[in-house]
Parts: sequence; C-alpha cells; structure tokens
Amino acid sequence: MAVKDARGGTSGRVVRVAGGQGFWGDWLEAPVRQVRGGPVDYLMMDYLAEVTMSIMQKQKSRDPKAGYARDFVPLMERILPDIVEKGIKVTSNAGGVNPRGCAEAVLEVARRLGLAGKLKVGLVTGDDLLDRLDGLIASGHPLSNMETGRPLADIRDQVLSANAYLGMGPIVTALEGGADVVITGRVTDTGLTLGPIFHEFGWPTEDWDKVAAGTVAGHIIECGAQCSGGNLLKDWRSVKGLGNPGFPIVEASPDGSFVVTKHPGTGGVVSVASVSEQLVYEMGDPHAYITPDGVADFTSIQLKQAGRDRVRVSGIRGGPRTPMLKVSVAYFYGYKAVGTLVYSWPDAYDKARAADRILRERLKDLGLDFEQILTEYVGASATHGALSGPPDPEAPEIQLRVGVRARERAPVERFTREIAPLVLTGPPSVTGFAGGRPAVEEVVAYWPALIDRNQVEPGVKVEILET
Amino acid sequence: MSEKSRRKASGAKPRSGRPKPSRRPAAPLPRCQLRWIAHARSGDKGDTANVGLIALEPEYYDLLKREVTVARVARHFKGMVSGVERFELPNLNALNFLLHGALDGGGTISLKTDAQGKVYSTALLRMEIPVPPALARQVKPRPRK
Repeated sequence: MAVKDARGGTSGRVVRVAGGQGFWGDWLEAPVRQVRGGPVDYLMMDYLAEVTMSIMQKQKSRDPKAGYARDFVPLMERILPDIVEKGIKVTSNAGGVNPRGCAEAVLEVARRLGLAGKLKVGLVTGDDLLDRLDGLIASGHPLSNMETGRPLADIRDQVLSANAYLGMGPIVTALEGGADVVITGRVTDTGLTLGPIFHEFGWPTEDWDKVAAGTVAGHIIECGAQCSGGNLLKDWRSVKGLGNPGFPIVEASPDGSFVVTKHPGTGGVVSVASVSEQLVYEMGDPHAYITPDGVADFTSIQLKQAGRDRVRVSGIRGGPRTPMLKVSVAYFYGYKAVGTLVYSWPDAYDKARAADRILRERLKDLGLDFEQILTEYVGASATHGALSGPPDPEAPEIQLRVGVRARERAPVERFTREIAPLVLTGPPSVTGFAGGRPAVEEVVAYWPALIDRNQVEPGVKVEILET
Repeated sequence: MSEKSRRKASGAKPRSGRPKPSRRPAAPLPRCQLRWIAHARSGDKGDTANVGLIALEPEYYDLLKREVTVARVARHFKGMVSGVERFELPNLNALNFLLHGALDGGGTISLKTDAQGKVYSTALLRMEIPVPPALARQVKPRPRK
C-alpha cells in the first residue's frame, strides 16, 4: 500500500501492526475485530506481566502440558481461518514458560480446522533460565536484585521461575523462516512489534534510530486500547463508543516514522493526548528506555495529529543496546489476605474505624504475627490517603478494607476467620460480607536482575513447525 | 544532557516564579488545582510509581515546569513517598515524576488497593499551584456541586 507523506510524495509501503491484547485478561473480542475490521499485516499480542511467568510455572508443575496463556488457543481457533485467508501474521509471547506446549496446541487446532499445510508456527525458546540458575551463580553471575543489590543466592530455594527478556532477534528469524504465527516465552512486548517491522523493511538491527522508533511503536500499542481512548483522562466524557473500542494499529513507514490509528467504525479516539498518556505510562528516565534491542530516547518523539484518529510519530532517536539482558525472577514470598466490610450512614466512616480497632485488638490477643496489617477506607481515603481531606460525615457508606501479610500461612488463615464475626460483634449497620471468608493468597514476588547477554543468546532457538 | 532536576527545587515560597513581575508583592496569585491545566497517567516499577503530567495546552508547559518542582511534589506526597525525581519532556509538554517508596512494597507484595500506582496520577492533580490571574479566569473550574 502506498500512502501520501507530508510532502505529498509517496513514502512507499507501510507495514500495519495491530495490537490485539494488552495483557493476559484483556478484551477477547479485540483480536477478532482487529483481523476482520480492515487491513492489517501483523497482529501482536502481549500476555506477560512481571509475575505472570510464575503463575504459569505453577500451572506447569501440576500439568506438564500447561504453563502458557490458555485463552490464546481458543482465540487462535476463532481467527486462524481469517489470518490464513488474508495472510496476516501473528506474534505473541503467549507461550509463557511452555511455548512448545502452546505451539503444539495451536497446531492441533489448525489441523482440526482443516488448515494442514497452510500454516507454519515459529517457536522461540531459550529465555527460560530456571534449570541453569545454579550453574550461572556458580560461574560468577550473581543475578543480584536491581533494586536492593542482594544476590539471588539469598532466595535461591524460593525461586519459582527465571526468564531472560529476549528482543526482536528470534522473531525476525522466525518470520524469515516463513512462520505465520510466532509463539515465544519471555520476549519483550516491544519486540513483538519490532520483529515484524524489521523483518518487512530488512533494516539492520544495529540501526539504533530505527530500533528506537520501533520500540516506541511497540510501547504505544503494547497496552491495547490504553493508547486509543481507553483509560484516557483528558476529556474522558468526550470519548465515545467504548462499547466497541478500536484497538491500535501502527502503520510503519520505511523512513522510521509511523502513524498510530484504528479501524474505521470503532469507538475510542487516537489523538495526541491519547498517545501522550500511553507514552508516559510506566516511564522511568525518558532519555533511556532500555530494551534488549536498543535504547530509545523518549524526549525525541514528535507527535502530530494527521487526520481523524491518526497520529503521526516521528523524529525518534536511539542508542546502542547494552551488553546485558534483564532477567525476571519470580520467587515465593509468603501469604496475604484482604477482608472487607461495608458500613452505612450515619457515621459510616467512624463505624468502619471502630471496627478496625476491634479487629486489631482481636488479632493482637490471638498473638498472630504479621509482617504487615494495612487498613484502608474505600470511599474516604483508600487511594489518595491524606490528600483526600477529612472524611465526609454524611458519606452513604464506607468500605473497611484490611489486608495482612505474613511469611507463614497460619496467621493469615486465622485472620480470614476474623472478618465475618465483626458483623454480629462489632459496630452496627454493616453489610457486604456475602462473599464469605476472604481467600488466602500466596505472594509471589518479583526479582529483577541483569545477565550478560552472551550467557543467554547462544541458547536461543527458533524452530519452524508445520501443520 | 540529563534534565534530571532533583536539585532545581525553587524553594518553598508559593510566589517564587511569576512570569511578569508586577510591583504588587502583597497580592497573592490565584491558586489553581493541576487538574484544570494538566492531565496525567501513572504506572509502576517495583516500589516506585511514575506520574506523567501532561499540559492540557502547550502554553501551560512552562508554568508546570516552573511550579511543579521536585520539592513541591515531595511536600504534596509527604508521608506517602520516600523520594521524588523529575524528568522533562518538552516534546510532549510533559513532566515525568518518579515517586519512590510509593507502593508499600509494590507489585504483589503490596496490600494497597492501588498496589500498582494506577491512580497516583489523579492524586498529583489535586496539587495547587499559583497561576497568573488571566489563566485562573480562563480555566476557572465549574463550582463543585
């Protein structure tokens, strides 16, 4: 497809990468509408948040065939006929800690749909370091926590999963090998967008400005509709049609600039404001947005409204990749539980506070040992704390929300039995306990570390599997 | 190259930086909540929340840069955060704040409702800064209820 550029000439072919999922649990209709609502070349779907891998590891330990984003398979079942017919390719890190299992499940679905011989699946492995941890530590790679500096050895026996963040490299390789669907483990969300663009334009992976441009494109669409009207604060009332939110599409040009847009007839909005809000989301130092593929300078990004629901992004500069890869380690930390009760007018806040005092007295008398007890008053100050100002004495209701955390399970378990008794033994006008006893949750914590990329990259493997 | 402006605290006096100094030192400038001149989004990284503060109009950016200092943001979030860093993004008419120690441990450890700092953005928009009277009239908020 040829499009007019700003000077009226044609800038050649564009590559259209559509964002289909912003996290594991995002709107299931989005990928379907992305492939049916208009032309796209690639569909990228990001499934992995920081601790998702540990949940998947736990599932895999119970069932060796599990360990990936399970809803990816029925989703692919819905869209495989479309993508085969239209020649759309898919990149996704839905493989989690078992990308092979995920790839095999997709192949099985493809065969069932009669697509044998019509679909190739690219499988990327080598990010999983769990079985190599002891060797790495022994050979002088301490995998120290980037925030605290503590060596991984301190929590070695609690580690549940450990994965290096891979970049676009293996995705480009898989696409070059003819893959229609690329399934990976811990590949960065930005890599899922960079891979297709670099493959299509044949850019050298050391063209740092192009790497930065693709990284920014990936960052903009990696959270799905959060760049196209979802969760948009500016003039939020004016955002229409979120019953059918348009998920984002990047139209990348050979010069490294790109347009963010969405399918016609969808709701939401693509504006300088909607893209700006997404750009600053989870931002650290804007001069150095570090990925395995390079370092992007977000202070170089230029945004311009280029028509309705079209924002042109250009001017992006970047620098070389670092010698290190980030490693995401998840480890078992302890237990937590959160209990809630709702107190009604009059004096709702005072009643909730009184209930909290009573609850704490009982927990203390029981001699339970908690690492932390946190009380919040939803409707008064739960999210903005002291900035909320004095509680409204006329508030129709206030929710008391008490959370506890401990290294041992027993005190948390006991805590979950102390909420309901408050209904008949505490302050009056209380309700909202129909959900029963709160659940005890295992706390799996995140341990960010760095490793020399030479320790990881030789082990990265790309396979092309035929239906 | 870094515009990390930890140091540029510009003091505690609310009237320290008005644009055209007129000779009426006694008349205090009107104060305006950031919600009327900026929008924002926040996210998390470990125990740090970030707030991207974006001027609603490009011409408000310099005002934000001058008035929404590290020192004032730290005071605004007193008792809620352990440290503040600020970065400038003039290309987006935006400032990025890192609010360290804001999430009670962060991630899955935190017991907070807002464990991932999703609405720290709006907590920053509660902050009031002194603005030129003309601007105060222009953005005059609708009376609350």
